[in-house]
Amino acid sequence: MAVDRFPVEASHIMMFARSVADDNQIYYDEEYAKETEPGGIIAPPTFAQASAQFDPDYFLRPKVGEPWFGSGGEPTGIKRESSGGGGGGGGGGGLHAEQHFEYHRHVGPGDVLTATTGPGKTWEKEGKRSGKLMFSESVTEYRDQNGELVITARGVGVRTERPVDQ
Amino acid sequence: MALKASELKAGDTYTECLVEDLKRTQIVQYAGASGDYNPVHTDELFTKEVAGYPSVFAHGMLTMGMTGRMLTNYVGDGRLKSFGVRFTSQVWPGDTLHSTATVEEVNDDVVNLKVETANQDGTVVVSGYATARVNV
Repeated sequence: MAVDRFPVEASHIMMFARSVADDNQIYYDEEYAKETEPGGIIAPPTFAQASAQFDPDYFLRPKVGEPWFGSGGEPTGIKRESSGGGGGGGGGGGLHAEQHFEYHRHVGPGDVLTATTGPGKTWEKEGKRSGKLMFSESVTEYRDQNGELVITARGVGVRTERPVDQ
Repeated sequence: MALKASELKAGDTYTECLVEDLKRTQIVQYAGASGDYNPVHTDELFTKEVAGYPSVFAHGMLTMGMTGRMLTNYVGDGRLKSFGVRFTSQVWPGDTLHSTATVEEVNDDVVNLKVETANQDGTVVVSGYATARVNV
């Protein structure tokens, strides 16, 4: 993933906070946020993940003029040899195994971030509920408009041989 | 609302209910806010017939996001230094989740927390850690 421009915006923080059912007013109300220790609206701890919105190539978002693998009239819009992939799910596809954040500074509206991702380790394990597990790690560095590192994120995705037994 | 080092000791816990009877609509809400539109979270037909799961399920990051809410309610705004988890089991519509932070140690102005979120059957769905700045 490479994101050239991830503008942190108050309305996006509001929508994100709503989605994780967090009614802490620091995410909604600028006047309230002024009186808090951070002194303004800040992003919730896992907000950096929403940088996907600003990744032009993010494959888990339907794009204009491109086929989409979710259902329409049929259960899937396109034929794929194996569905899902990457950080997502799908039959025998990828699932999110781990996520880690290090906060060097808490960002807020007005910050404009960039994100660059480098590959990390890969490893394999035999799983009881889903066959062979193939893990892959990636490290994403979020920098602000001054080039300062603000968040370091490390994600681990796992691809399974078959859907996880329930 | 910030924590004070002198008032914390190993073994202290803080628990919150993250969600009762998780609704598919909340999962849709998270998809929209985060930008992760993987159909296994919102598209029942695809998930059952193509992906091979019994129903749509929550994004791991939705559970991590709600777990983060428990943490910031405990340690205060802007106090987290790190937060990491493993996703150990899937979360399904209808699940009720509780999340607990347990103090492991306090070093000067930093508290190390163990973090665990479990469903109504006691199955751990998210397991991890956080560190936060506390007042001395």
